[in-house]
Amino acid sequence: MGRRALLAAAALAVLALVGPVLPAYPLTLLTQALIVGILAMSLDLLLGYSGMPSLGHAAYFGVGAYAVAIMTTERQVGLIGCLVVGILLATLTAAVFGLLAIRAAGTYFLMITLALGMVVWGLAFRWVSLTKGDNGISGVPRPTLLGLELITAVPFFYFCLVSAAVAWVLMGLLVVSPFGLGLRGIRGSESRMQALGYNVWLHKYVAFVLSGAFAGFAGTLWAYYNGFVSPNDVQLVTSVETLLMVALGGPGTLIGSMLGAGLIVFLKNFVSVYTKRWLLILGGVYIGVILFAPTGIVGALRGRRR
Amino acid sequence: MRTEFWIAQAFNGISYGALLFLLASGLSLIFGVMRIVNLAHGSYFMLGGYVGLSVALYTKSYTLALLAGAVAIGLVGIGMERLFLRRLRGEVLGQVLMTIGFALIFQDLALLIWGGDPYTVPIPKMLSGTVRFGGAAFPIYRIFIVAVAFVVGLALWLALDRTRAGAMIRAAVDDAEMAGGVGINVPRVSLAVFALGAALAALGGVIGGGFLGVYPGADFEVLPYAFVVVIVGGLGSLPGAVAGSLLVGLLDNFGKALFPELSYFTLFAPMAIILAIRPTGLFGRV
Repeated sequence: MGRRALLAAAALAVLALVGPVLPAYPLTLLTQALIVGILAMSLDLLLGYSGMPSLGHAAYFGVGAYAVAIMTTERQVGLIGCLVVGILLATLTAAVFGLLAIRAAGTYFLMITLALGMVVWGLAFRWVSLTKGDNGISGVPRPTLLGLELITAVPFFYFCLVSAAVAWVLMGLLVVSPFGLGLRGIRGSESRMQALGYNVWLHKYVAFVLSGAFAGFAGTLWAYYNGFVSPNDVQLVTSVETLLMVALGGPGTLIGSMLGAGLIVFLKNFVSVYTKRWLLILGGVYIGVILFAPTGIVGALRGRRR
Repeated sequence: MRTEFWIAQAFNGISYGALLFLLASGLSLIFGVMRIVNLAHGSYFMLGGYVGLSVALYTKSYTLALLAGAVAIGLVGIGMERLFLRRLRGEVLGQVLMTIGFALIFQDLALLIWGGDPYTVPIPKMLSGTVRFGGAAFPIYRIFIVAVAFVVGLALWLALDRTRAGAMIRAAVDDAEMAGGVGINVPRVSLAVFALGAALAALGGVIGGGFLGVYPGADFEVLPYAFVVVIVGGLGSLPGAVAGSLLVGLLDNFGKALFPELSYFTLFAPMAIILAIRPTGLFGRV
């Protein structure tokens, strides 16, 4: 644990130092990677630590993002208010969806979370009076925090860096807590944990809701980052891309999901510069990861060390 | 006027349900036998539509378009199952990611080959126009869809219930390991079911292309519908697919007509209620 914390602190320091000297475009991508990384880590909480592969994670992300977009453009609500309400609404959505999804396991869980995710997409797409439908909501202003304006790229990058670090520490503490160990036990064998007297359902449910809360947090940051929220942020492809980031980085490692997110964000943006065939390449990445690196980057590194 | 609205909407819902049945019955069978969540199933629908479109434009034959779409996409399914998915038996997440990878590749290839414009598969004169019945007008093409779904459903039921191959499939759905134990070649059954499912989805794509059109994004648009049908009806169940398709078709149509802003909600909320009461769907076993 000590070594890992040191490594993480070093990585943070490097990012913090590099931030101001980077050109604008890579800095934007780095900011984007941090935000999407929070989303990927929140999914890892479910997939890697609890064995629940959610296919609808964009829903909570989207709820957070739409909450910010609507509150800032219609009511001029400040950063703290937006964060609290955005995360609360995402948590609430996860609390409702969790009641339905946790009843199922394995493939059923995948299908149900997919369909529930589509409910949110459907609302974003069709509830035009609230969400402006397909046009999306544009003009989300960058926030102000305690008098500090986070409008330009560098302050906003620091804001996201701190947010990602806080999210990572909180989730890291969660997975090493007795509760987190219980989750890992459930991932290993649900019936064994049941026999040992653990409340399996409650463990899974709480993990599901907390994961939704962190996804919602990422969503609120996304709305500020992008300045624009549309049904695309909630669609199935977003959920699925998050799943790929976790699988690519290595499920059950948290920081691996962050790496996976960074890799996909940079790959996506650099490839799109050279070719329009980004989807073709992304599809190839999916298949390649499954065939050649089933344990992800971090998993492969650990395997080598042994 | 009022009753005409209800009759017309109900008929539209049933005919849309018939189309969904073509798409979802295969997905349900594939799931039943192989436990694969196939996210490329919507792609078969879209690709089938595109292949059908090209064949229909080239040969001027609607029948050939139906056949070519189903056969071509059935072969695509065979390739996917035999070369890729079979390596990942039992790995739920790996299979899902792989089918997503294929779905993205198919989407981009379709865009590359057929471009981004929407098309409509040309339908024969015989199937266009409407018939009037008791003061309401019914499009002949939609009656045709219901008839095709009925024939396909009947054929599937007879095949599953009355033939040796059907008995093998049912055995594999119930317990693949035991089926293998009594000498059934489960990998071959899986391959056949996968190909059949892909071909049915493609058939649905060609037929759907006649009134919904074929366009980029159709794949991920129909996919959730197919999933809801399968979830509501119960995985691996043919009667479930029939009931689920009709329910989803009707809910979708009335939802769009009565509450346009909440139309997806009116589709998914009943699904949630059914799941809360019966987690395995209406006809599903554990």
